[in-house]
Amino acid sequence: MGMFWELLPEAILFGILLGGFYAAVSMGLSVSFGLLDVPNVAHPAIMVFGSYCTYLLAQQGLDPIVAGVLLMPPFFLLGMAVYRFYYEAFERRGAEAGVRGIAFFFGVALIIEVGLILAFGVDQRMVEAAYVGVAASVGEIRIPLRMLVAFGVAVVLTVALTLYMSRTFTGRAIKAVAQDEPALRLMGADPVRIKQWAFGIATGVSALAGAMLIIVGPVEPALDRVYIGRTFAVVVLAGLGSMTGTVAAGLILGISESIVLMQFGASWAPAVSFALLLAVLGFRPQGLFGR
Amino acid sequence: MRFWLGTAIAAAALATVAGTVKYEYFFFAGYTVLMFVVLATAWNILGGYAGYVNFGTPAFFGLGAYTAAVLYKATALPLALQIAAAATMAGLLGLAAGLLTLRLRGIFFAIATIALVVIMETVFINWRYAGGATGLQLLRPAPIPPFESYTKMLFVVMGVMAIAAVAIARYIERSWVGRGLRAIRDSEEAAEANGVPTLRLKVFACVVSGALMGAAGAPMPMYLSFIEPASTFNLNYAVGALASPMIGGTAHWAGPVIGAMLLASLQQIVTVTVSNEINVLLVGVLLVIFIVAAPEGIIGLAQKLRRKLASRRKAAR
Repeated sequence: MGMFWELLPEAILFGILLGGFYAAVSMGLSVSFGLLDVPNVAHPAIMVFGSYCTYLLAQQGLDPIVAGVLLMPPFFLLGMAVYRFYYEAFERRGAEAGVRGIAFFFGVALIIEVGLILAFGVDQRMVEAAYVGVAASVGEIRIPLRMLVAFGVAVVLTVALTLYMSRTFTGRAIKAVAQDEPALRLMGADPVRIKQWAFGIATGVSALAGAMLIIVGPVEPALDRVYIGRTFAVVVLAGLGSMTGTVAAGLILGISESIVLMQFGASWAPAVSFALLLAVLGFRPQGLFGR
Repeated sequence: MRFWLGTAIAAAALATVAGTVKYEYFFFAGYTVLMFVVLATAWNILGGYAGYVNFGTPAFFGLGAYTAAVLYKATALPLALQIAAAATMAGLLGLAAGLLTLRLRGIFFAIATIALVVIMETVFINWRYAGGATGLQLLRPAPIPPFESYTKMLFVVMGVMAIAAVAIARYIERSWVGRGLRAIRDSEEAAEANGVPTLRLKVFACVVSGALMGAAGAPMPMYLSFIEPASTFNLNYAVGALASPMIGGTAHWAGPVIGAMLLASLQQIVTVTVSNEINVLLVGVLLVIFIVAAPEGIIGLAQKLRRKLASRRKAAR
């Protein structure tokens, strides 16, 4: 037990960095699923797709973070197209859209995953940058610089998105759609256009999240499967659509995963997010900061 | 009456095929096709009738397979008892998962079932006795006469399970339980308001569906003489179990059967002739096309065609 207390500060510090990263990769889902109610189980697959796009750009000598930022506009357009298609095919027809909507996004995730396998093979890919593979020392604890970089980007992304949602007209409109769509319609606004815009933002953010994913560690096409659990656990634990909640939930997940990793080994770590998710669904489905 | 005749014909066909076909590979491939018939039929009880998407097929299937493997390792239990134990364990898992998450909206249940798969896989990776991450080699016993090969015997066992699964699904579909489940799918609030015991029906469907999936997994360790976590809890089982009813049609018991026969046969052919990746891609593309363009599946398309022909005939007269 003495070992446990000795290693705990390091595990918690690492968990905080990891948690910031988890919050950032869940931001897109927090908008698309949390606010818009779109059962986007393809979110992690789109993110991994973003990682591979980053990989291709990084091969041309671009910095991975720059690559991630450059990828945001095309992913924004991709997201708008995906939502338009989803709306025309399912949401507009109303009834029974639930089952088919979920199955649709599941199929999309599958196609992306296999497409990546066909294009890149099942081998792991990673990027080179000055901050990958270097560690900074804080006292006796060594922190990999790539985790710090990802954490920094995560903080910037979270602050930017929170400000956008609360300060700008479109951001407030997105929140309004989430709160009361019929009311918005009665006031003469077009909820579909706002949702399309919001889904575009969610997907654009996923591109940057994908870039961070490949900075933090090597990426393989099937990686989206673990991240389905992590991202949905964070969004549900947060209480759907709450940005502050997303950060808090990300930190909770990151710290618990880090402690389990230290105490029981890597083979138990993937189950942490899913167990947390099941516990939240079973005992507090409205999440920590539920609306 | 017609259904029981159909069942008898299916059973007779199974017996004839088992008696006449000489290629061992036919039984090897046929087993997989029949297994997907069971999985798709089981999935459809909750997913098709009640409209609750279950991504957790590998969790139930894998728990069934591991129950059988561990019991065989510990006590050399006969196959029939392995299957019964596997169905019981998977049914209990369905009960627990259902009680925990079926109160919530469909999407939460769907995500919770993905969680089940990962948790199950993690548990068995870390369980030494069951072989851990490297797996467990199992020695097959001799086949029971009149079967001369074990694979053929498993083929027939799976065939019998497929017939049983379809009979159960059809019984549920026609009974008040099925009507209740359909009411839940159409509008859960309305069903609840009209006195349908929604939670109890959903949990019941989840238990039956899970037990059938577990039963389908039970012969798997014997089929491969081997079991290991990564392939046992593979998400491809979830894909097959979900895509088959979606493609065949979810409203009728025949939908998953048609879908699974088509999809699993196609997959067997593509896997052998082209590659495993292309085969998964094919399923994904087919799934999306059918969901978008033909939401009622092949059965719906056939009904539409029949109606069109009938009205044309009327017009000609």
